[in-house]
Amino acid sequence: MSEGQPLLRVEGVRKHFAFTKGVLFAKTLGHVKAVDDVSFDIRAGETLGLVGESGCGKTTTSRMILNLEEPTEGRILLEGEPIHALKGEALKAYRAKVQAVFQDPWSSLNPRMKVGRTIAESLIVNAWGDKARIDERVRELLVQVGLRPEQAQQYPHEFSGGQRQRVALAAALASQPKLIVLDEPVSALDVSIRAQMMNLLKDIQAQDDVAYLLVAHDLATVRHMADHTVVMYLGKIVEKAPTASLFDDVRHPYTKALFSAVLVAWPGRGEEEVELKGEVPSPLNPPSGCRFHTRCPYVMPHCSQEEPALREVSPGHFVACYLFE
Amino acid sequence: MKPDMRGETVLEVRDLHTHFFLRRGVVKAVDGVSFSLRRGEVLGLVGESGCGKSLTALSLMRLLPKGGAQTIKGEVLLNGENILERTPAEMREIRGRRISMVLQDPQTSLNPVFSIGDQLREAIERRKRAPNTEIMKEAVEALRRVDIAAPEQRIGQYPHQLSGGMKQRVVGAIAISGEPGVLIADEPTTALDVTIQLQYLKLLKRLQAETGMAILFITHDFGVVGRMCDRVAVMYAGRIVECGPVRQIFEAPQHPYTRALIASVPKMTGPIGRLTTIEGQPPSLMDLPVGCRFASRCPLVEQRCLDAYPAEVRVGDAHTADCWKVTPA
Repeated sequence: MSEGQPLLRVEGVRKHFAFTKGVLFAKTLGHVKAVDDVSFDIRAGETLGLVGESGCGKTTTSRMILNLEEPTEGRILLEGEPIHALKGEALKAYRAKVQAVFQDPWSSLNPRMKVGRTIAESLIVNAWGDKARIDERVRELLVQVGLRPEQAQQYPHEFSGGQRQRVALAAALASQPKLIVLDEPVSALDVSIRAQMMNLLKDIQAQDDVAYLLVAHDLATVRHMADHTVVMYLGKIVEKAPTASLFDDVRHPYTKALFSAVLVAWPGRGEEEVELKGEVPSPLNPPSGCRFHTRCPYVMPHCSQEEPALREVSPGHFVACYLFE
Repeated sequence: MKPDMRGETVLEVRDLHTHFFLRRGVVKAVDGVSFSLRRGEVLGLVGESGCGKSLTALSLMRLLPKGGAQTIKGEVLLNGENILERTPAEMREIRGRRISMVLQDPQTSLNPVFSIGDQLREAIERRKRAPNTEIMKEAVEALRRVDIAAPEQRIGQYPHQLSGGMKQRVVGAIAISGEPGVLIADEPTTALDVTIQLQYLKLLKRLQAETGMAILFITHDFGVVGRMCDRVAVMYAGRIVECGPVRQIFEAPQHPYTRALIASVPKMTGPIGRLTTIEGQPPSLMDLPVGCRFASRCPLVEQRCLDAYPAEVRVGDAHTADCWKVTPA
């Protein structure tokens, strides 16, 4: 891991959505704090895993990185340059550098377009070359993701789910991005296909030195893919650490609960089990203090009064919890 | 539950065949499935998409999708009685009271325009006539049983006012309100978050301990299998290829498909290297090979695998595998 400037830096980012009533004279009733003061770095050629349950803000965070959503506060920098100030050509260049692959390969491909055309789209937009060169590049990309070059002439319905996800990846790779946001890239796939896709993603990273932001709920997938992992709960980072350190030494009670929800799955593992009561509270009116205190088995009186800050408990391993102060 | 606490066989499926008759040909989606389920037991049915696990469940419920699906052979013995021979009217009495089902997506299992109370009332009124107040009291009780807080308030609410986990509990409450002996759960937690999934699985276990019902748990997630099941049946291309106690299947899988499948699951412990993959695709269900269905992807394949389908081999205590290459116990 090289020191120095990270590829992408997320700095104290917040995203609040107004919750309104009425149309013409809309009244703001409150704000949903979807993402609240989130910071992390992604280094070139590295994978960052972003983990959490529905409503934790992981998708909003990735949408802000994709420049589809503007932060209410804070900023995001790619190679030192704030991305939300970009306009025109610079913004177009940014879109070429940061690409995405989403969960559902059915809905991310145009059913009426041959997949070769879908893959070529970003090359055409960026006037990458003449038709012959683009066709050549499309064939190359198909081979790179483990498909056959002549499959460029087929339509999405002629592919299986796993193959469609490969096409989506080829389209993302076309503009030679520096970062690909992978939003649950394997969760819609069958077990054996999932393993193929994960191996492929790792191979491509090794070849092209592309960085991934892996948004996932499956911890085992993150463990196999990510160098660093960030755990979010209700718009906040509760724990972030190098993946190996996190999996060796889980600290935050919420992360522990997430882990026990999967760990005990394999028979014979009689680990300490943390079961959470109740459900995730509404982000419209999040609990005071530590947002996890309403479900935390180790809750203490002052947890509901003041928000705990992220604190380094071991090199690179940060936890936001009063148990570690 | 210990083996000796388990009771008699409540469900026995013998040589079940459910095919789709299409203009293009016959899709043999379920093609010779046999298993049994005892009182108080959870049997996991695992396999990848298209292996026929959900269609097996629908065949047991006799709720086949429209469009040419037909159960053409086999027996489904519910407490010794073959329900494939029952009339549709008789089946309506059997469903919900003796065999019941929970599906993956609670959003589509509940009717959005009726309140939770109305939907529970419908289930309760199917089996007894009583004054409204008494039925509503029972509905509140049913919600309390599935750990829904403040059931008196929830009863008047509509599905959209409930979270996904709560909706799935309501579906569960409806499914078990008739005290069925067999519950089929088809991927009930796939749409839920992991911490909510754990709550739901624990709830199912508790309800099972209270009622002694048998559960057929359909899933593709080995984690859920380990948490829930006593035994597992692994399905591939319309057939059960291996069946045995959970521990044995996890620790010493015998069928090459089961072995490859378990090896390809990313683990939470142990070394992080390349994941094992299964090359190739399952055979087309319209054009199944005469031999073993996994032969084209199997690393151990030899001539006899291609010539004939292997017989079921007993490889351990209550553990069987359909493979030419396994060593009989």
